[in-house]
Amino acid sequence: MKTDIILAGVGGQGILSIATAIGVAALKNGLHVKQAETHGMSQRGGAVVSHMRISDKAIFSDLIPEGKADLILSIEPMEALRYLPYLSETGYIVTNTTPFKNINNYPELEAVLNKLGSLKRVVAIDADGIAEKIGSKLSSNMVMLGAASPFIESIELSSLEQGIIELFTSKGQKVVDVNLSALRSGKEFAEKTLN
Amino acid sequence: MQKVLLGVEAIAQGAIDGGMSGVYAYPGTPSTEITEYIQHNKYAQEKKLHSMWSANEKTAMESALGMAYAGKRSMVCMKHVGLNVAADCFMNAAITGVNGGMLVTVADDPSMHSSQNEQDSRFFGKFAQIPVLEPSNQQEAYNMGYYGFQLSEKFGIPVMIRITTRLAHSRSIVELKEVIKENDLKLPSDPTQFILLPSIARKQYKKLLANQVNFEKDSEESQFNEYFDGADKSKGIIACGITYNYLMENYPNGCPFPVLRVGQYPLPRKQIIQLTNETDSILVLEEGFPIVEESIKGYLEKENVSGRLDGTLPRDGELNPDIIGKCLGLKVQKGDDIPELVENRPPALCIGCSHHDVYKALNEVVAEFGQGRVFSDIGCYTLGALEPYKSINSCVDMGASITMAKGAADAGLIPAVSVIGDSTFTHSGMTGLLDAVIEKTPITVIISDNESTSMTGGQESSAVGKLEDICKGIGVDPNHIHVIIPVPKNHEELKNLIRDEMNYNGVSVIIPRRVCVQKNRRDIKIRKAQNA
Repeated sequence: MKTDIILAGVGGQGILSIATAIGVAALKNGLHVKQAETHGMSQRGGAVVSHMRISDKAIFSDLIPEGKADLILSIEPMEALRYLPYLSETGYIVTNTTPFKNINNYPELEAVLNKLGSLKRVVAIDADGIAEKIGSKLSSNMVMLGAASPFIESIELSSLEQGIIELFTSKGQKVVDVNLSALRSGKEFAEKTLN
Repeated sequence: MQKVLLGVEAIAQGAIDGGMSGVYAYPGTPSTEITEYIQHNKYAQEKKLHSMWSANEKTAMESALGMAYAGKRSMVCMKHVGLNVAADCFMNAAITGVNGGMLVTVADDPSMHSSQNEQDSRFFGKFAQIPVLEPSNQQEAYNMGYYGFQLSEKFGIPVMIRITTRLAHSRSIVELKEVIKENDLKLPSDPTQFILLPSIARKQYKKLLANQVNFEKDSEESQFNEYFDGADKSKGIIACGITYNYLMENYPNGCPFPVLRVGQYPLPRKQIIQLTNETDSILVLEEGFPIVEESIKGYLEKENVSGRLDGTLPRDGELNPDIIGKCLGLKVQKGDDIPELVENRPPALCIGCSHHDVYKALNEVVAEFGQGRVFSDIGCYTLGALEPYKSINSCVDMGASITMAKGAADAGLIPAVSVIGDSTFTHSGMTGLLDAVIEKTPITVIISDNESTSMTGGQESSAVGKLEDICKGIGVDPNHIHVIIPVPKNHEELKNLIRDEMNYNGVSVIIPRRVCVQKNRRDIKIRKAQNA
C-alpha cells in the first residue's frame, strides 16, 4: 500500500511538524518513507510544499508525480488549490479555512472557499477555531493532521499519537495532551463531514 | 542502527562515521544543514570534531586542506556558488593532493530555489580533474560521506560529493555503519607536496594527470556505478544521481531498457561502451548541465545520443518523474489545472524585521538624489528588490554591493550606495571596502546588521561585535561610521544620517543594528528553556 501526500502551506506555518509526526508514525509501522521539504528563501513567507510518500515497498522518487497524490493536506486554503495538478482522480483535499494574507493581491476568501467547495472529496476545516476551543491556538496543525488521518490508511491513529508524544515530550505533558486532543478533534470533524 | 535523515544530513552522518576530524563551511542553501547536523551531533561534540562556521567558503576550503595536510580527514561544505568563492584553493588542492582524506561537498540548486544561478559543480570537478560522487538517494549519500574518505586517501586527492536541492532536502531511512576512528596526526611523507612553486607544481600536476586513468578504473569498479540489463535494446539510458529514481518511478515493474546508473565520475568507460554497443540509441538523464551527454557525444553528432543538450529534455531547471516520463513517451495523468484565482506567494521580509526600517528610510532619501544607485548583496535584504520597496538595483555575488557601488561611483554615478548584511560583509565585503578607502571613493555603505546569518536559518554571524572595529581598522574615518537602531521612531534620524553621508565626498559606513526577529524569538525560547 502506498500513500502520497502533498503538504502545503506558507513558510513559517510549520508544515514540517505535521510531516515529522507522520514520518515518525510511518517508521513505527515499519513503512518506507520519503519526504521532500522546502528549505531556504521560500521559508520567508513564501509558498512551501512538502512531498511525503509512505509505502510498504521501496520508494523511488522523492517527488510525487502529477496526478498521483492521494491527499493534499494544506494549512491554508489558497495553497490547497495551488497543488491541484498533483491530485489523483480519487484523491482527497483536507484544508484549513483560515487564510494567511501576506500578499496584497490575495483573492476574495469567499471565492477561494467556493472553488474548494466545488471540488469533490474536500474536507474544509476551521482548524484555528477548533484549536482555540481546545485551549491552544498553537495546536491547529495537529487538528489538521487529525482531519487528514482517515485518509492516511497505511497508518493507525495510535501510531500518529505515538508520533505526537515523541515530537512534544520535551515540551512537557501539558503540550502533549493538548496536541493529542487536537488530533482527535480533527479526526472527529473529518469523519462527521464525510458521513 | 537506522536514522531518518535529510540527504545532506546523511552525508554529515556518513562523514562522522567515516572518521572525519572536522567540517568547515559557510552557510548556504541547500548545504547548510550538513554543518548544523555535525554541530548538534552528540558524538561529534564528545570527540570535539571541528564544526564552527568559517568567514567564507575560501577560508573554509583552506582550513579543510590544512587539516588534510596534517593527516586527518576533513570535509568542506558549500552551495554551488560558494565553490566560486573557494575555487582558487579548490583548483590548487587538486595539484597538492591531500595527506588525510578530504571531501568537498557541494550542493547545487537547479531551478534556483534559493540561488542566483544553477551552475553544475560536476563541471568544477572535471575542471579540477578529481573524482566526483553523486548520490541517488539518502543511503548512498551516507555511503559516499563514509567511503569518500577512503577513496580520497587511496589516490591522495580531494574528492567531491555533488548533491542537488531535492535530495539535499528530502528525508528517508538510512542504515548506519560502524564508526571508523579518526586518523592520527601525521605529516605528509613528501615535505614539498604542498609547496606549489612552479618546479614542484609541474611534478604534482603530472601526477594528477597520470592518475586520471586510475580514477576511471576506480569508477568502473565502483559500487556507485551499476549496470542493469533490459530486454528492449532500442534504447540505453544513462541515469545520473537522483534522476535514476525519477526514471524508475515511471517503471514500477522494472525498466524495459538497459540502464547505467552513474554515481561516480569520471564516467565508467567500460560500462558506457557496453551500453552504446548493446543499444541503438542513448538517452542521458542528468540534473544540471548536459555534461555527460556532451562528453559522450562527438562533435559531429554522429552518435545517437540525446538528453538536455539536444532538447529531448529541458536544458534548464530541475528534472522530475513527469518530465522524464513524458520524454519516454509514457502517459502522464495530470490532475486539475491550478485555478486562475490562485496568486503567487513570493517570499517576503518578516513582520518587524529591521530591513523594513532601513529600506523605508533609504527609499525616501534616494528619491532626493535620483534612482538607480543602490547596489545590494546576498541575504534576506535581497528581498528589498520586491514589492513594496523595490529599493535595490543589483544582487550578483557575495560582497559585490560594495565594489559595484565603487565602480559605478568611479564611472560618475555619485553618490552610490551599498546595502550589505553583517555576515555578507565579513564573508566578502571587507576587501572591497579597503579598495574604496584607498581611493576615497564617494560611496555610502549601509551594513544592515541583524547580528545573524538569517536567510539560511540564523547561524552565528562572524561579524557580531566587530563591525565598527573592522571598518575603523580598514581605514574608514571614524567620523563617518555611524550605528543606529532601525525602529520607526528613529525614521527621521536614519534618513538624515543617510542623506548627510550620501552628501559626503568619501567612504562612509552606516550600521543600522537590530537583532533578527526570528533569531530573537529563538533566543528567548532558549533562555526560557534554560531558566525552566
